[in-house]
Amino acid sequence: MNDKYETHEHDVIIIGAGGAGLRAAIECSASGLKTALICKSLLGKAHTVMAEGGIAAALANVDSQDGWQTHFQDTIFGGKYLNNWRMAELHAREAPERVRELERWGAVFDRTPEGKILQRAFGGHTYKRLAHVGDRTGLELIRTLQDKGIHQGIDVYMECTITRLLKDGERVCGAFGYWRETGRFVVFKAKAVVLATGGLGRCYKITSNSWEGTGDGHALGFEAGAELLDMEFVQFHPTGMVWPPGVQGLLVTEAVRGEGGMLRNNKGERFMEKYDPKRMELSTRDVVARAIYTEVKEGRGSPHGGCFLDISHRGAEYVKKKLPSMYHQFKELADVDITREPMEVGPTCHYAMGGLKVAAETGATRVPGLFAAGECTGGMNGANRLGGNSLSDLVVFGRRAGLGAAEYAKTASAPKVDAAAIESAAGEMTGFFGRSGAEDPYKLHLDLQNTMQSLVGIFREEKDLTAAITKLEEFKQRAQNVGVVEGQRMFNPGWHLCRDLHNMLICAEAIARAALRRQESRGAHSRLDFPQYDNYWGEHNLLVTKDGRQMKVEACPVVKTAELQPLVDDKKAKEKK
Amino acid sequence: MAESVSILEHKGFGVTQRRDNWWIKPLLVFIGLSAFGVYSTWAAWQGDNFLFTGHGAYYLSPFYSPQVQLWFGLHLPFSFAFLILWIPLGFRATCYYYRKTYYRAFFADPAACAVGEPKHRHYHGERKFPFILQNIHRYFFYLATIVLLFLWYDAARAFFFRSAAGHLHFGVGVGSLVMLINVMALSGFSFGCNSLRHLVGGKLDCFSCSRTARARYKIWGKVSILNLRHAEWAWVSLFSVGLTDLYIRLCAMGTLPDVRLFIIK
Amino acid sequence: MSTRVFKVWRGDSAGGKFVDYQVDVQEGMVVLDAIHQIQRQHAPDLACRWNCKAAKCGSCSAEINGKPRLMCKTRLDGLPVDQSVNVAPMKSFPLIRDLVTDISWNYTVNKKIPPFTPGADATFLMRQRDVDRVQEFRKCIECFLCQDVCHVLREHDLKPQFFGPRFLVRVASLEMHPMDTLDRLKLLKDEGGVGLCNITKCCTEVCPEEIHITDNAIIPLKERVVDKYYDPLRIVLRVLMGTGQDGGAAEK
Repeated sequence: MNDKYETHEHDVIIIGAGGAGLRAAIECSASGLKTALICKSLLGKAHTVMAEGGIAAALANVDSQDGWQTHFQDTIFGGKYLNNWRMAELHAREAPERVRELERWGAVFDRTPEGKILQRAFGGHTYKRLAHVGDRTGLELIRTLQDKGIHQGIDVYMECTITRLLKDGERVCGAFGYWRETGRFVVFKAKAVVLATGGLGRCYKITSNSWEGTGDGHALGFEAGAELLDMEFVQFHPTGMVWPPGVQGLLVTEAVRGEGGMLRNNKGERFMEKYDPKRMELSTRDVVARAIYTEVKEGRGSPHGGCFLDISHRGAEYVKKKLPSMYHQFKELADVDITREPMEVGPTCHYAMGGLKVAAETGATRVPGLFAAGECTGGMNGANRLGGNSLSDLVVFGRRAGLGAAEYAKTASAPKVDAAAIESAAGEMTGFFGRSGAEDPYKLHLDLQNTMQSLVGIFREEKDLTAAITKLEEFKQRAQNVGVVEGQRMFNPGWHLCRDLHNMLICAEAIARAALRRQESRGAHSRLDFPQYDNYWGEHNLLVTKDGRQMKVEACPVVKTAELQPLVDDKKAKEKK
Repeated sequence: MAESVSILEHKGFGVTQRRDNWWIKPLLVFIGLSAFGVYSTWAAWQGDNFLFTGHGAYYLSPFYSPQVQLWFGLHLPFSFAFLILWIPLGFRATCYYYRKTYYRAFFADPAACAVGEPKHRHYHGERKFPFILQNIHRYFFYLATIVLLFLWYDAARAFFFRSAAGHLHFGVGVGSLVMLINVMALSGFSFGCNSLRHLVGGKLDCFSCSRTARARYKIWGKVSILNLRHAEWAWVSLFSVGLTDLYIRLCAMGTLPDVRLFIIK
Repeated sequence: MSTRVFKVWRGDSAGGKFVDYQVDVQEGMVVLDAIHQIQRQHAPDLACRWNCKAAKCGSCSAEINGKPRLMCKTRLDGLPVDQSVNVAPMKSFPLIRDLVTDISWNYTVNKKIPPFTPGADATFLMRQRDVDRVQEFRKCIECFLCQDVCHVLREHDLKPQFFGPRFLVRVASLEMHPMDTLDRLKLLKDEGGVGLCNITKCCTEVCPEEIHITDNAIIPLKERVVDKYYDPLRIVLRVLMGTGQDGGAAEK
């Protein structure tokens, strides 16, 4: 113990306790290593609980023709061929076993009449593939992993925010953070670190993400020397709530459209006829989101700036049975009875396809000792993620990152932590207090969100992106002077936001710079000035790395696997027909 | 903050930040149960006017059924109702719903949710005497079901009227309907019993694993439907049983004429 | 735009008081929106927990006008318009600061409950009807409002002897799982203190997930405990047949 900070020593620490972090921790501790799980919130509250639709796995319980090959093909077609093929392959191959494993650990999925795990249809999946529990699959997943984990002897550190990764030369040797409750500092020493911090949706004004989605893992990894991949691809879910203001952005599940929900503009037109007459409302998320956005922009939106989503024609009993939580969500929060009247919906920032570049098999970044899994990694989803692929991503690659970190830690030497680095990290946190004329963190956050929303949103073009980058430079300057005037270190959300802004600014800049560079439209990235696919960019990902105090953006070829080429060709041929 | 007080240590009966009239419900329950208690004790104490036989009717008060003293030829120094009444009383007293409602209204333990309680020296819940006896609720259910069979017999009997010649004829009087409604209400209460729900199927972990399990699942489902409204059945049947006694008593006393709707001769 | 007065508890374990804040009321606003507005405009250091803002994570539990509720689900237009709005932390747990309480006790209780343990030969073929009950219990979002309102914890402070409604629900979800092989009835009766529950149902009243905590979880568990420990006929039968206490375990 130190009077300024406490120290904990573990073989492996895992930062983030959503699905991926928990799964990684279970794997590490199962191999006998002293494992710590660190989360910003309480255990079991991570954003994984918000996943509604289900977990995609080719179990073939409902559609017997399904197999990993089809799942792989669907995934890379959805990702517009920018996915890391090996990741998509491992994901498709291993997801069924991970789902069965969850069941053995106590998850209780909905059943088929024969007593097997029931699977439902979802956008972009050829077959009925999503194992689910009503519309609360994420909660089931996190609770199952949580109960498995705590009985396996994982040390859980709750309400602890990590602000820096500590390095011993090139390798990562631990992390520095603070307890949210007391504001006191803490140092974790570890042979290996797994980042599983989830998304970055809080960079945007309208988002389905909770306060936690501040891109911590993206930023921590980036600052430690890891590469960010595919950052330009930010998924806007087509249907978020637009009213009342307090719940703007809150997710309205895709299952509403899956059950027959129709989108209309204020003239009563089913406008998807113009954008995708074949698939209509069940087109991919990027297409539907752009369609709604366009309708609103051209003055055909609903009173609160969205469009109408109507499911009332399916009858009250049916809606209540199939979409119970949507029924309650609108009834209680918006005074809308969705069995009688249409919902108002609009696009909401939902998921980051981009993230840390990792090795498919082990989750290793290029920094020795640093691993990552889940939404904070890139590669798995390419340019666009299919619904249901995120939960399976968490458990497949959570486990792999856990294994990878464990293998590394078993042979690694004891880490040495540099006292000066700790001093500097502590100084950064205490520096937010007592700044005269300090910048208000809430104000700066709002400005950042507005900028990202309006200039780096669904549709992008060069002048907006350049303007955004200029603004971000200015925000970075303002962030230097951000601070809290009053209050102490105990559970002080204003103080916490000061540090979170730092991470969000890194993510926002990476998104904007990568978006400027990719001169084409593909998946979730739509350029008004380059509306077409481009052959060069169809073969290349963008990598963002730290170069001194600057960000470096460079293109690199998509990671392919020769054996998978026939499957990919087969899919391309099918889609051409 | 020198002037501050800590709210969290603040305890005491009725202490709450609730703004609604939380005390109304326990008060109504207190009045309702007390009124029933007073009336039923008084009615049981009377030992007469429990059977109405005017104009060929045979209406027997549920407080006095079955008439055990006739079976054994007993001559009791007290009303024989007390030989019977402990069974329905015990059934209700140990019923999970009534427990909830009287722990709230009579013991203020708690009077309402998030409302402070009077000082208890030691709280043992249902772990110590006397409340540990709540665990034998199922036996009161068994006994009450036997009594209920008699009440069904009585209700059926109330639809037959003896003519001057001594023959029984089917008919319907207001009293017959009162007794029928009462026994239906009592059945609705009894067969929604939580213990019964457990015994018929709730104790099973798998409803599909055998043919008997599947059959028990169906019965469990029916009991569960009644159980969902167990509180409502509890009150309806409580009033119905009291009012049935009152109706028969007033008829027997000659205060109220029993209207015959029809008799098939 | 109208305004409302919010009386928000500010303070820590040493003491505190209700502080008045003016809040601009927008249509459809919930209490958590008001708290966020107060943080933005008046008190950046106001401590409160929240995550999903959609009643799915169970973080923003508090006592609003004296009733344990989720702040993200409590609409302002559902509260008396002519009065101020009172927001206080959960009372049954030690206060950390403002609206944040120390709920770590709940996590220690969970650790005491032996986890799901299927047999080695478990097929996991289960019909929907076999899992309906378990799925109801697994809806729990661990907001701990039931623990907060339960008078055994709130008034009698019997945490060492009682698991509380949340973890009785957890035990029920394991005991009624068709593939589980463990028997947790002794734990339930002794350490779990199921007998301390006097089924006054406040847990059911406050549950935001509308789980029938008392009727579907606690009472069935009490009945299982009766089977094993209190049913006189069964006890006699077991003695006569020499099956000992385990003979009364729930039928699988």
